[in-house]
Amino acid sequence: MSAHDMHAPAHAHDDGHHHAAGPHVTLREYATGFVLSVILTAIPFWLVMAKVITDRPTAVLVLGALAVAQILVHMVFFLHMNGKVEGGWTLLSTIFTVVFVVIAIAGTLWVMFHMNTNMMPEHPTLPQSLGAASTPWVG
Amino acid sequence: MSDLHLQSGAGGATLSPRAYHLAHEPHPENGTSLGFWLYLMSDCLIFAALFATYGVLGRSYAAGPTGAQLFDLTLVAINTAFLLLSSITFGFAMLRKQKNDVKGTLLWLAVTGLFGLCFLGLELYEFAHLLHEGAGPQRSAFLSAFFTLVGTHGLHVTFGLIWLVVLMVQIGKHGLIHENQRRLMCLSMFWHFLDVVWIGVFTFVYLMGVL
Repeated sequence: MSAHDMHAPAHAHDDGHHHAAGPHVTLREYATGFVLSVILTAIPFWLVMAKVITDRPTAVLVLGALAVAQILVHMVFFLHMNGKVEGGWTLLSTIFTVVFVVIAIAGTLWVMFHMNTNMMPEHPTLPQSLGAASTPWVG
Repeated sequence: MSDLHLQSGAGGATLSPRAYHLAHEPHPENGTSLGFWLYLMSDCLIFAALFATYGVLGRSYAAGPTGAQLFDLTLVAINTAFLLLSSITFGFAMLRKQKNDVKGTLLWLAVTGLFGLCFLGLELYEFAHLLHEGAGPQRSAFLSAFFTLVGTHGLHVTFGLIWLVVLMVQIGKHGLIHENQRRLMCLSMFWHFLDVVWIGVFTFVYLMGVL
């Protein structure tokens, strides 16, 4: 309310037309997004519930790819993302966030996995002497 | 450019103030949507931290129940359907808003709220069921991470629902004025964003949890 009032003098031309807020959306856009989302949701649930995929590495790749595809569908068709909204700043901030999220998640998993591997007491792959040396720490 | 040269040429006499910036700087018509988008992106970072935590602790069962024993995928599938349906009905509300149809907008917002409520109800039922089985957040690191991640998403949906009801009252009272259109646009972004986060939750927590 107040923010709009403050900007009102600078944007006098805004007050003329009534649908200034937000991009123009179409039914076609939402329908396409919805159908694609249903397909991209049904496939992973079917893969797991019908036990088509049972091992983890394959699941991480296939389900991860499907999730990324569906997130992109939501971004484009529901959140109306493109390079032109807000002069490209929306897209730029999203790219920054994606980079940050990937580094945070991948980095955390990488560091913690290596720490678990290297500090696990009596790890099966460790030589006998190393395994014995690490036992006192465990207490 | 040529203007500047002219000014510096005649500099001594006139001393007119030099223009170091464009008379009309390029700027978005309304900064709200960009600002709200930046909030959503920072919210994304919160979820990134929670996902990373779950990724690290998701297999630390402390001899307690595992995801495969606890999760009921049929329930999760129904919940996912509720959230996806609420996304498309919010889209319908936005389409009615574009036509300046107050009644239609309110109707579709109510349907959206109903789906959101169903989602929340089912999630609370699942949580109650887990707690009843002794699989509360204190049972293991896996369950702590699970309740924090899924609970944070559920809290977002709760606040989204409160916002939805408040906005419906405002639209009912003042109609689709400029301010309410802007608020509706922000809530629409928020609601679709929650659906995006849920994609990550059902994929990485539930589906991969039962494998």
